[in-house]
Amino acid sequence: MERTWSKGGPAADLLIKGGRVVDPEAGIDASQDVLVTKGKVTELGKELKPGKNTRVVDARGMLVLPGFVDLHTHFRTPGREDEEDLATATAAAAAGGYVAAFGMANTDPVVDTASILRGLAETARAEAAIPIGFFAAVTRGLAGEQLTEMGELGAAGAVGFSDDGRPLATAALTRRALQYVKVSGRFVAVHAQDDSLFKGGQMHEGAVSARLGLTGIPSLCESLDVSRTLDVAEYENAAVHICHVSTAASLVAIERAKAAGVRVTAEVTPHHLTLNDEAIAALDANFKMNPPLRAESDRKALVAALQSGLLDCVATDHAPHAAEEKDVPFEEAPFGCIGLETAFSVLYGALLVSKALDLATLVTRMSTAPARIAGLQAPSVRPGAVANLCVVDPKAKWTVTAGGLQSRSCNSPWLGHELSARVKLTLAAGRLAWEDLA
Amino acid sequence: MPKRDLISIEDLSRADVELILDTAESFLPVLERDIKKVPTLRGRTIINLFWEASTRTSSSFDLAAKRLSADTLALKASGSAVEKGETLKDTAITLSAYSPDIIVMRHPSAGACQTLSANTEASVINAGDGKHQHPTQCLLDLFSMRQNLGRDLSGLRVFIIGDILHSRVARSDIMGFRMLGMDVTLVGPPTLMPRGIEEMGVKVEYDLANLKDADVIYLLRIQKERIKAGANFLPSLREYSELYGISQARLRPGQRVMHPGPINRGVEIAADVADDHENLIAHQVFSGLAVRMAILYRTIVGYSDSAASGEVL
Repeated sequence: MERTWSKGGPAADLLIKGGRVVDPEAGIDASQDVLVTKGKVTELGKELKPGKNTRVVDARGMLVLPGFVDLHTHFRTPGREDEEDLATATAAAAAGGYVAAFGMANTDPVVDTASILRGLAETARAEAAIPIGFFAAVTRGLAGEQLTEMGELGAAGAVGFSDDGRPLATAALTRRALQYVKVSGRFVAVHAQDDSLFKGGQMHEGAVSARLGLTGIPSLCESLDVSRTLDVAEYENAAVHICHVSTAASLVAIERAKAAGVRVTAEVTPHHLTLNDEAIAALDANFKMNPPLRAESDRKALVAALQSGLLDCVATDHAPHAAEEKDVPFEEAPFGCIGLETAFSVLYGALLVSKALDLATLVTRMSTAPARIAGLQAPSVRPGAVANLCVVDPKAKWTVTAGGLQSRSCNSPWLGHELSARVKLTLAAGRLAWEDLA
Repeated sequence: MPKRDLISIEDLSRADVELILDTAESFLPVLERDIKKVPTLRGRTIINLFWEASTRTSSSFDLAAKRLSADTLALKASGSAVEKGETLKDTAITLSAYSPDIIVMRHPSAGACQTLSANTEASVINAGDGKHQHPTQCLLDLFSMRQNLGRDLSGLRVFIIGDILHSRVARSDIMGFRMLGMDVTLVGPPTLMPRGIEEMGVKVEYDLANLKDADVIYLLRIQKERIKAGANFLPSLREYSELYGISQARLRPGQRVMHPGPINRGVEIAADVADDHENLIAHQVFSGLAVRMAILYRTIVGYSDSAASGEVL
């Protein structure tokens, strides 16, 4: 059954020559030519010859990787197309090496009926440069009162259900959602947050918030709700996905649940893996997100958990905001930052260079694992697979600038910073979705 | 010369702080003259933007600018374009059209000074932003301490008592007091003590058992909203006063009491302490004028020694 849609286009015929192909699922890590014919990988090998109409790409010194899958994007469509639409979001995703992305339901209107979902799928067929899909809301209008028609929404292609942006406020609601979601065969993705501890929060509670005088969001605010959610999931034997894990205490709860056989998966964002609460000191609203940037000890624990697999995947929580919304005093600014175009570069520069993470693991966590959670065939570079891959120049340096992004918004914490590694080419569903070759 | 903002005490080096205090001292004779005005900042424009209620800070900034012969313009949120929904960025751009040298601002949100500074050529002086910072209060506190307790403040033992969690004054004072080598202890109910505050180099206590060790007792105002139902910071003002209120009976001779004002008689400070001439509270208000003159002056002429205050007076 369809759960992603895109606008399509001509199938690619490409010979990608001399790159280092790293596809951990297929057991490949070698310098190989990759021949793509009519949108499929048809051959891997040395010194492959192009066909008559095959374009040749010189990938010497570059990485050829299975394309990435993002489980947590805010497309801002419908309702805030001034911040992002499906064309700009998918252009940004493709420029970041993504071959599929899934949007959260907190749009205006909320994705809480099959007709809204079908309308979005239509728009995606007209505009999306890569295949995209959508979460539907757990509760109507994200109001936390009444469950959505999960059966019909699942049949219409919802990838899963989430009230992301809002927690499931009570144990009773969490329980009903995890029971009823079984009619759809999908999973619930939870934004874990105890609202009574969140109240007025601006940043992580700790020494930095004490110094800055900003109301803190305690790590307990997240970990309490993660624990409760996992207890309910265990009791109901239900599949649950924990969104944007940010604290070491949440990892303890997830580890305990996994050991007990709970069907839980969990994601972490590039910003929580690479930045900490010290970054707030300049009161730049591009560093204001929810969950907030945590303490350095949390960050280190997240990196270790991503390497070990306790955290299953990287997800961007790409959250565009209009310039005028972020260009206000820190305390008045909305939460969120964009991340699709910078995700791989940020993680490569911050974690691979320092060897905190290895490349094969990063590829698995950005590609194979999120694809499986979404119920997609995992992207692969092995012969016979539909071409879902990206070519990355690991030595490229590039600076994030407001005008240089594909996204319609520029609220990136890396604005003005130089990043290493850049995606040079992306093939999504066998079609050329992004190219930045000299 | 690039513009110089004063948003946090951390924007100043120890030498800068001492220069401001020395400059303030050099202004004292001006304030005792019949004609309390010098032409130092004639032709300069200083805008006071107060988005939040203020008596002593706004009046002393206004008077300080006038004593230095600057042209001043005062704006409040009520009655201005803010009520029509103008953003701070647009207010900044609008006011910058008048080419002000300095914009002094009080604002309810931390980060407002950064937003203002990014959109104006004027130097920005923070007169209080949310719970973040109130650097000019810290500087006038230091000035009062120096005038009354001696020029070398290192080793002085200060107890800051009250609602540390919501206090921008406490945060600026902790930084300034520590910078000048003082020993700082925070006392207050655990609900009003920010988690992790010890990392600013202070001791934290929940009772007054060690109050006798203090040379200076710095009291913070307890806001009535802390006892609102559901807030649960404090069960009652009565119990606060019982546990933390400072009366003469709790003081030993020689201890000096400070308070940024406005005071709550009978809550954090008993009438017998508030009315005692030994306290430094009125002196703090007096210092506000000289110190804010010094801050305006230094912001415009610079912090280097070559711009020594004596030559210009």
